[in-house]
Amino acid sequence: MISIAALQKTAEALMAKAAIEIPDDYLGGLRKCANTEKGDLSAFVIQAMLENYEAAKEDRRAMCGDTGVPRWYVKIGNDARNEGGPIALEAALRRATANATHDVPLRPNRVHPLWRTDHNNNCGIGAPEIEYAFHPDADWIELTTVHKGGLFGSDYRMLFPADGIDGIKRFYLDTLIQFGRRGLACQPAIVGIGLGGSKDICMVLGKQASCLRTVGSRNPDPKIAALEEELKEVGNNIGMGAMGFMGSSMVVDCHIEVSYCHTGGMPMSVHMFCLSSRRATARVHGDGRVEFRTDPVWFTDYMRRTTVEWEEPRREAAE
Amino acid sequence: MATTLKTVNLQLPAKTEDLAKLELGNVVYLTGRIYTAREGVYKRAVEDSFGLPAAPEELGFANFHCSPAATLNPDGSATVGAVTATASFRFAKWLDGWFKLSRCNLILGKGGMSSEIYKKHFVPNNAIYLTTVGYGTGALLGRGIRKVAATHWVNELGLAQAIWVLDVENFGPFLVDSDLAGNSLFERENAKIAPNIDKLYAGTKPATMRRYGETDDKTEEVI
Repeated sequence: MISIAALQKTAEALMAKAAIEIPDDYLGGLRKCANTEKGDLSAFVIQAMLENYEAAKEDRRAMCGDTGVPRWYVKIGNDARNEGGPIALEAALRRATANATHDVPLRPNRVHPLWRTDHNNNCGIGAPEIEYAFHPDADWIELTTVHKGGLFGSDYRMLFPADGIDGIKRFYLDTLIQFGRRGLACQPAIVGIGLGGSKDICMVLGKQASCLRTVGSRNPDPKIAALEEELKEVGNNIGMGAMGFMGSSMVVDCHIEVSYCHTGGMPMSVHMFCLSSRRATARVHGDGRVEFRTDPVWFTDYMRRTTVEWEEPRREAAE
Repeated sequence: MATTLKTVNLQLPAKTEDLAKLELGNVVYLTGRIYTAREGVYKRAVEDSFGLPAAPEELGFANFHCSPAATLNPDGSATVGAVTATASFRFAKWLDGWFKLSRCNLILGKGGMSSEIYKKHFVPNNAIYLTTVGYGTGALLGRGIRKVAATHWVNELGLAQAIWVLDVENFGPFLVDSDLAGNSLFERENAKIAPNIDKLYAGTKPATMRRYGETDDKTEEVI
């Protein structure tokens, strides 16, 4: 039985880690951009950001003043049980969000869409979002928080099979160019692309592709992996760098996730996880052990299963 | 920070002759008084005719489009973590009234505004625009804050939209986006990138179905 105290304490620690510590995979990707960037303004911007991450860690202050809209991804092992059940778990995540907003501090960004009511704690109707997934043969609960910026860099479009890969490239370019100008998307970014699903799932999937996979990871489908590489190159050849200045630093990495869709369509979404790519994960075990990491490992064989029943992937015989 | 870009330390309130020396793309650090004001403040001060909650001399003459990641403690003191700007193009409609009320000659924010706006509203007020860098050098900017001198309209607008009056030292970096003639660094860069864009699309055909919003003609179909 996993205690609520352990879950809440872990969630509070994750909120601070996400806000303050840039994940190593993004940092490595940005350093590569710094090494190849020829544009003097774009290079200056990247250098400033690299120094900013150091300042954030040294001072234990949020790396960016716009601390985004905190949200939760919860992966529950099939054999995991927590004290108080799912209602208590959700309450713990809301308490952790509110407490961390005050203690880190984070900016209380969440307001009512019409009345602009601000509870000064990043909680309210539907906030923070909590998404769930499950994992076979496990007794842990994994918590991931993502503090993604909330205004620019995402778009959705219903494409059709006839639009093909060209249609995907065009919409990808449209989105990067429009949101890249003046650096509204706070690039270089981890670009996530959702392909397929219903409209809502298409958006969810693209966001997860940008926020829940690490720089350097590739889709297990080799052709999709090749398209990820190609789109990364395309994005970095626009001629645009950080803040929309001339340069080559637009895409730190490109991730594509797919979901089966209506036979007549090919919905697509694009999301950009920014220079403050804030994510942190922890696995909480039944015996109270907690392991922190920055790779959510959200997309697993189970998550991407294609069959009716779940079967473990067949392993090669040891001999 | 090591850079080949020209770097300037600017004392606030900024003198017009000092602003005149700044060129597009210069790096700027600020020392003196600034204050945050974003859409909530603009709407309340200009559109809802409340005016400003304090004299411009008390607020300073440099308006930062931002709100800090900060907490007000029960004893009235403030804990400020990071500060990062919000996109400025959304504030254009209030600018005329805003400059009259605030008498600002420095606007700090994210992403600049159009040169048309600069020429219409900034140039007559001897004002220029400095953009934050990144975006998101929130921790570096947070380090430059020496003191929260005052807060205004916290109850009316909430922490994120309130006015935070900040005394800062070597606060930056910023980049000069507009000069006193109303030119824009972002537009200069856009123009340099534009010629390459058609080539990126070469050989591909537009999507089967267009989207609402691609035309302003409401009688046109999207198929």
